[in-house]
Amino acid sequence: MSEKIKDHVSLFNGCEYQDMFAEKAKYENSETDAKVQETLEWTKTQEYRDLNFKRQDLVVNPLKACQPSGGLFAAIGFEGTMPFVHGSQGCASYFRSHFMRHFREPFPTSCDAMTEDAAVFGGHNALYLGLQNTYELYSPKMITLVTSCMSEVIGDDLNSFVKNAKEQGFIPAELPVTFAHTPSFVGSHIVGYDNTMLAILQQMGVKKETKNDKINVIMGFDTYLANYEEIKRIFKLFGAEINLLSDPSETLNSPTDGEYKMYRGGTPLDDLRDAPNSKGTLLLQKWSLIKTAEFIEKDWGHPVKVVNPYGVEGTDDLVMAIAELTGKPVPAELEYERGQLVDAIADSYYWIHGKTFGINGDPDLAYGLCRVVMEMGGEPIHVLVSNGSKDWEAETKENLSKYEFAKGAQIWAGKDMWHFRSLLFTEPVDMIIGNSYAKYLERDTGIALCRIGFPLQDRHHLHRYPTIGYKGGLQMMTWIVNRMLDDIDKKTMYTTSYDILR
Amino acid sequence: MALRQIAFYGKGGIGKSTTSQNTLAAMAEMGKKIMIVGCDPKADSTRLILHAKAQATIMELAAEVGSVEDLELDDVLKTGFLDIRCVEAGGPEPGVGCAGRGVITAINFLEEEGAYEEDLDFVSYDVLGDVVCGGFAMPIREGKAQEIYIVTSGEMMAMYAANNISKGILKYANSGGVRLAGLICNERQTDREDELISALASKINTQMIHFVPRNNIVQHAELRRMTCVEYDPNCSQSNEYRTLANKIINNKMFNIPTPVSMQELEDLLMEFGIIKEEDESIVGQKKVS
Repeated sequence: MSEKIKDHVSLFNGCEYQDMFAEKAKYENSETDAKVQETLEWTKTQEYRDLNFKRQDLVVNPLKACQPSGGLFAAIGFEGTMPFVHGSQGCASYFRSHFMRHFREPFPTSCDAMTEDAAVFGGHNALYLGLQNTYELYSPKMITLVTSCMSEVIGDDLNSFVKNAKEQGFIPAELPVTFAHTPSFVGSHIVGYDNTMLAILQQMGVKKETKNDKINVIMGFDTYLANYEEIKRIFKLFGAEINLLSDPSETLNSPTDGEYKMYRGGTPLDDLRDAPNSKGTLLLQKWSLIKTAEFIEKDWGHPVKVVNPYGVEGTDDLVMAIAELTGKPVPAELEYERGQLVDAIADSYYWIHGKTFGINGDPDLAYGLCRVVMEMGGEPIHVLVSNGSKDWEAETKENLSKYEFAKGAQIWAGKDMWHFRSLLFTEPVDMIIGNSYAKYLERDTGIALCRIGFPLQDRHHLHRYPTIGYKGGLQMMTWIVNRMLDDIDKKTMYTTSYDILR
Repeated sequence: MALRQIAFYGKGGIGKSTTSQNTLAAMAEMGKKIMIVGCDPKADSTRLILHAKAQATIMELAAEVGSVEDLELDDVLKTGFLDIRCVEAGGPEPGVGCAGRGVITAINFLEEEGAYEEDLDFVSYDVLGDVVCGGFAMPIREGKAQEIYIVTSGEMMAMYAANNISKGILKYANSGGVRLAGLICNERQTDREDELISALASKINTQMIHFVPRNNIVQHAELRRMTCVEYDPNCSQSNEYRTLANKIINNKMFNIPTPVSMQELEDLLMEFGIIKEEDESIVGQKKVS
């Protein structure tokens, strides 16, 4: 059988496709190859870069997804929870496929498929039936609603809709239905994550008089599933009790054992309800949890610590934060792991020292990557974050100003991948760190891409490794240094520098 | 004193903005700290307080800088007569876009920027004519305005609108805390106007909180872009607004409205002689030549 199946790599080289492409070019009155090449060359110039950065009314490949996608990701980490899109069916499909392509797992999400009549008369009827169907077909323990553009434009009020759905008997009154307004046309997936996490905590938390010994941990929009295991392991080493709020590590990493389960693992709803009574909260991202942090500080009345847990310094902050919140000493195992990471850095340092980097990703990760790279002796040159706010830009500049190796760093908040392309041509670097979309820049510029971030749709299983903690630091360093060595091998292949020992 | 959030609704042209600004000015005289949130794309809810034609609105500035996220509170919040803080949501030109979304965006912006955290006694929303879509109901969602005052008059359409608005309030009253706090009758000099509005009020389970007589001094003040409370503090009309202001401050009557059917409304109008009984036998009949 298999020899009859054409390989994708050579498939389009056959005359049937090549002829078709040529015909298509003719039909479309395409410019000559020479003209295309000439224009492409022009796009690599400083002149073009200046024009490109004056661009106002056009965005080309921004590195962000819209709010509801982040909301769904926050929701799916809770026990028996069905995320639910109040809005158009196409939106729900997009979010699901976006996550599926990254995790290569089913991503259950329900939707009330609002149509024209819902847009005119209000979305409540669609929502009532959607909730009823979801409850009856999928028996969730909780439903978490997020909104898409359509319901936001017509101003649907989820608060009253949910109450009415219960009062009118579409769903049982005791079924927890949490809801967040997540208009897609502002913010990005990290804002949607924040809004939804805030809504879930606000609507589910039950405050008691006394605090318990647990520490809440919220990861933020973190798509590295091993990080959830890693933080639990670190708490175990401390002998401290963790209340991990939103934990999708089981449901997005399920075994193939012949039985499909719609819900696996997740934060138990009882733990969620009890979250206000923990003695502290630790946030592993800042910019995806701005409003959530504010709420917890104000309403739950316990200390909140925010860390950026990447690399040696970042993990030191993480470990010290846990020590302070729990009052427990740093376990010897972690000190040992730290030593191992420092040792590994020394092994690889001389290949990275002085190398320059172009980094993009979500705000917290991009800053973390800067520090990881600098710990290996590298220098961040471009740090481009499409969903970075002005506040993020100012704070990151301030933070990086403390580092000698960040002297040449330029922070580009709110810019897109087409800006990044201009930057890479006019001020080239040795390596790009980014998600799968950066592969086109790797092709155009010839600069090696190390894939860290979200989404990673063109490589497999990378999300199964940790990026936080000392172990995560080791993992990221492994990716970075080996990608650098691959690149050096490629460049030196037919020279005396093509060595067995690197 | 805890922050009270109130809203003025009513048919277009009924005098919402004039009545609300005069009343709020009178409340400010009594030492209340007030913020006005104009929720009408025309952006004229604060001009008498600010003496300005139309201040820069949230949506206008957002369009200028590219996104509402790039706005600062100070860009849109202005202070006018007796330190009343004023902000206008703004919205699109007639015939394009979505004004309702503008209201939602503006109120979200104010909340996120902490505009409500100021030391305020009252936040007042001035909302356009009718609750035509979800956006214009934003001010009455849970956690927003809890007291709704409907400005009306003895004219049929104004009463029709008042009844309609109370339907909108009812939709949200069961799930949230919003209540109808009273009808304000802005005199149009129709027959038995005060009795009629009192009757309507009791039918929809509320009160006529005040009858504001017609007085030309309001127009004189408006020409100067002032409230008459500021323009001529000693005139009788200013005292009317002060009376209304007092009634609002001391109001305790917050009810879930019981809107009436079109038929009941027509019956009421007939009772007061505003409309005459229809002669069903002539409906659809051509003129006999």
